[in-house]
Amino acid sequence: MTAPATNNNQRSVDASIKPVLRLEGITKRFPGVVALNNVSFDVRAGEVHALLGENGAGKSTLMKCLAGKHQAEEGSIVLEGQKVSFSDPMEAKQHGIVLIHQELSLVSDLTVAENIFLGSLPLKWPNRVDWKKLRSDTDKILSRLQCTFRADDLVGDLSIAKKQMVEIARALVFTPKIVVFDEPTASLTDHEKPVLFNVINSLREHGVGIVYISHRMDEIFALSQRITVLRDGEYNGTVDTAQTNEDEVTKLMIGRSLELDHSSKPTEFKENVLEVRNLSVEGVFKDISFNVRNGEIVGMYGLVGAGRSEIAETIFGLRRPSAGEILLEGESVTVKSPHDAVARGIALVPESRKEQGLVLGLNCRDNITLSTLGSVSSLGVMSPKKELEIYEKYQRELKIKTPGWAQKVGNLSGGNQQKIVIGKWLTTHPKLLILDEPTRGIDVGSKAEIHALIKDLAKSGYAVLVISSEMPEVLGVSNRVIAMYSGQITAEFNADTVTEDELVQAITGQHKPASGTPLHAAGV
Amino acid sequence: MVNVKNISKVFGGIQPIWLFVIAITVFFSFMSEYFLTTGNFMNILVQTSTIGLIALGMTYVMINGNIDLSVGAILALSAALAVDLQSYGLPVALFAAISAGILLGALNGLIVWKTGVNSFIVTLGAMIGIRGLVFIYTKEQSFYASDFAFSDFGISTIASIPTLGVIFLVCCLIMHLVLTKTGHGRNTFAVGGNREAAADAGIRVGRHMLINFMIVGFFAALAGITLATQMGAATPNLGRDYELWTITAVVLGGTKLAGGFGSITGTLGGVLAIGILRNGMNLMQVPAFYVLVILGAILIAVLIIDQKVNRKSGQEVNV
Amino acid sequence: MTPIEQAESISSKLKLNRVSLKNFLTTQGILIVFIICLAGFSMFSDRFLSEENIMTVIRQASMIGIIAIGVTVVIIGGNLDLSVGSMLSFATVLVVDLHDKIGPTNAIIVMFAMTLLIGAINGLLIGYMKLNSLIVTLAMLSAIQGITLIYTGGQNVDIANQDATWFAVFGRGFVGGIAVPILMFAVLALCVHFVMRYTSYGRRIFAIGGNPTAAVYSGIRKSRCVFTTYMISAFSVGCAALVLGSRVMGSQNNVGQGYELLVLAGIILGGTSLMGGAGSVWKTVIGVLILGFIQNGLLLLGYPYYTQWLVTWVIIIVAVWLDLANQRKRLFTSHS
Repeated sequence: MTAPATNNNQRSVDASIKPVLRLEGITKRFPGVVALNNVSFDVRAGEVHALLGENGAGKSTLMKCLAGKHQAEEGSIVLEGQKVSFSDPMEAKQHGIVLIHQELSLVSDLTVAENIFLGSLPLKWPNRVDWKKLRSDTDKILSRLQCTFRADDLVGDLSIAKKQMVEIARALVFTPKIVVFDEPTASLTDHEKPVLFNVINSLREHGVGIVYISHRMDEIFALSQRITVLRDGEYNGTVDTAQTNEDEVTKLMIGRSLELDHSSKPTEFKENVLEVRNLSVEGVFKDISFNVRNGEIVGMYGLVGAGRSEIAETIFGLRRPSAGEILLEGESVTVKSPHDAVARGIALVPESRKEQGLVLGLNCRDNITLSTLGSVSSLGVMSPKKELEIYEKYQRELKIKTPGWAQKVGNLSGGNQQKIVIGKWLTTHPKLLILDEPTRGIDVGSKAEIHALIKDLAKSGYAVLVISSEMPEVLGVSNRVIAMYSGQITAEFNADTVTEDELVQAITGQHKPASGTPLHAAGV
Repeated sequence: MVNVKNISKVFGGIQPIWLFVIAITVFFSFMSEYFLTTGNFMNILVQTSTIGLIALGMTYVMINGNIDLSVGAILALSAALAVDLQSYGLPVALFAAISAGILLGALNGLIVWKTGVNSFIVTLGAMIGIRGLVFIYTKEQSFYASDFAFSDFGISTIASIPTLGVIFLVCCLIMHLVLTKTGHGRNTFAVGGNREAAADAGIRVGRHMLINFMIVGFFAALAGITLATQMGAATPNLGRDYELWTITAVVLGGTKLAGGFGSITGTLGGVLAIGILRNGMNLMQVPAFYVLVILGAILIAVLIIDQKVNRKSGQEVNV
Repeated sequence: MTPIEQAESISSKLKLNRVSLKNFLTTQGILIVFIICLAGFSMFSDRFLSEENIMTVIRQASMIGIIAIGVTVVIIGGNLDLSVGSMLSFATVLVVDLHDKIGPTNAIIVMFAMTLLIGAINGLLIGYMKLNSLIVTLAMLSAIQGITLIYTGGQNVDIANQDATWFAVFGRGFVGGIAVPILMFAVLALCVHFVMRYTSYGRRIFAIGGNPTAAVYSGIRKSRCVFTTYMISAFSVGCAALVLGSRVMGSQNNVGQGYELLVLAGIILGGTSLMGGAGSVWKTVIGVLILGFIQNGLLLLGYPYYTQWLVTWVIIIVAVWLDLANQRKRLFTSHS
């Protein structure tokens, strides 16, 4: 696939333009693993170069190598014909390379101006901040970005989208040559996106090279001139956006993993275990209705921020619904707390393994028995024998690879950590198992194992709800798919018959043009 | 932690601690005819100046995301040096006292910077150790000032305002300006508010922390000297519990314990609130112990109000 | 992020092997310091390692030790308790003052009831209302100090007829040749050690201190557990008050002033991290005993008692440097 891609590249309109930046043969190893293998990538002045790949393909690592957060073992970075290397992000910034993170790095109690000039406040003797210069410099940047907030506003008071604009404004301080956007629209509403796209286009017109990382095809096709695809840490081709289509790019990106194993899905469903009727949490999601039956896997598919995890948290008693009801086995219930949820037979494998799923300081055994302490103790005194029995049972069943029960879970690989979280919930014998992004950050092998496990669990009678933002996962494991877009369910499909186009449209709000501003109307 | 920002919005931008200061001022002026006199206010100013000076430095350290428990011990050491070394001349004594404060602050700062260990642990150790130094140095004896100029200074006035009060107010002004107007001040906020972002932006996090520990060390030493001038003496147990009083005042003033937010004006309000409460209740002939209870209650009330104002319903996961 | 995560886990495994010696030093380092201290002092003083002297040291250390055990539970749960010093003053004053008024038994019951009430207030504010434990217990420190002073009117209290009361047993009595304070210390230490290590309750506290969010997501009732840690801490203060009141047969109204910090010093010396989720009663016992032996050893060598404070500082700094790598890792995880 690499060959035709290169041809595409040569056929491109402005192939004669020399790239501002060229990454050549970048190899980054972490002990035991090659995160990036001989990856080359270049950016021209005044282009938007999209970088695509599945989670874990190495996009962020590549960009971190570029921005000085990581140092590559092999390969070189050539900026305007000169070989450079950066030991920290500051040095990269001074060379005009700016990375805008997914997670914002702002100080909320300082003003917009102070945040934009963080670390480089204009100073007068002796150490006095030159407010006049600070304000006028900030105003210049803000007006260039058409921002509606002012230099003296507190960053903490701004919306997430505006905070993102502050991050972008910060990039402009250094008259950047290259700006890397890492999933910039993940937290933006449809009204805010066009502003960002305008900014990107204006940067481009000023001759800045843009690297744009995103999962959203529509944005990539609207914005970029070229698309480079990474897969499993390797370069997998570069194509001209004008001469390709979504299918081709998807194939480059996913390749083999579209061969789905539909055969082993559960087929026998019985009565409703969970039914949710018109559930709402103000400002988060509204009017959610769906059901999950015994032995059935329901996939919930949508982009990050669509409200999926919040629905799970509400069912699990972590949020109070403002309207609607939850029915468990036909009975309307109020889940007061996670403790209550566990008692009612609900289990949640949360989105963030390390922050919500595991106590990293405890060992494997202790983590697995954490939700069922009552059953491995009598009168409050733990029974080491019962504990070990339980641990060994699930270690065997889930094929958890550990040096022993006393190993701290922090030392396990992502896949094994996730199995421990799943194991923790199986010990409670729940009726309903909710898995939020069950394979995020997990290697391919473990991924397949966890998918198989989910199917087996459903066949043995569990009702399973799988929340995911990976299409192959949702299509591969579930019977039905619920598509969500900005806090609402937009459609429900049979996972075996739905087409990818239908799904993508449903989760990007395209089949409801009234609710969002189409990209092209925004002048992109 | 205490985020007074949102509360103050409710009251039109005035820091809530100042509303409290005004309220108790009105209350006590009704309760005691002596309260609202110039002389009494001068008293309050002098009485609060000791804790107040330390609180200025503590505000910096806490905005920076740290804490310093060793200020009371540093105060005692500096007071002892300032009084005992007067035989070598007052300038030598004062220089030694101030240097000791700055050096010990620097030591705290250096350990926090280089080890990355919680400042609570580091300064707790220092607090115990420095108190030990004081006892070893004084051999548990009190020192009395030999230079009369020293003791006279404590009761002197400038334009009929007590000199100690003037010193405190001038320090307040300077520290307010440094915090709001200088690069160091603003970076102190940045480091406390988001340490990683600050480091990524090229701010030298460790250096700012070190400077702030030196500042609080300086003010603890200065407070030790002013306290010794008032008493004309230094005792080895001087300044016990001052760290707790200081932290209370700073937290009352709205500085976030987690760092990133706070102000000198708030801290001034905090120390004045404590001073006025003590003074007013004294005038009402209420035993001083009631102040302790009231202070504790206010501190908890501040936390509760803060939480209620800041919590958005339904938006947050109920953990 | 497949490769990276794997890499992280592998590299941490590698590190685990490489630093195992260092790990040993940091986890057992304090024990080594302890043994060196003992050896050092015994070289200079014959009396130091005599049975009588050791008993004296443990007896003196048991006061701080009893409280430290309770506070250790709070700290493992991820919080702090600065109010124990004031609580000790209050409880001691109360039990001594009431002794002559309503009799020793009733005095003890009232004292424990009031102490646990204070613990419940701490627990309510911190566990259920989720307020910051440092500030709440700082406020309680001040408030309880005030209440004690109001109660006594600033006077000291004492027991009139010191020889005629069985109350003396707590501070001055011996059972089987061992002083009662030591027995109380030992029993409390064993009980709490058992609870923390071998019961589901202990496991919950470790989980909450280690990762409060994950604990809640696992169905653990965090508020309730945090509440109980403050009850345990309050109970241990009550026990210490029995010992203190009975030993002195009187009480100054600020007798417990500064205890909160000595207790913390002992806990830190033992190597329990203030971050929560780690530590043990056993470590705390060692830490408190080190404090006691340093004090005693220095006294025997003819140094005044306050020299120990300086030595404590130095040891804390050394412990901090030893613990450096560990702590730094923890700091980063807690920040992100």
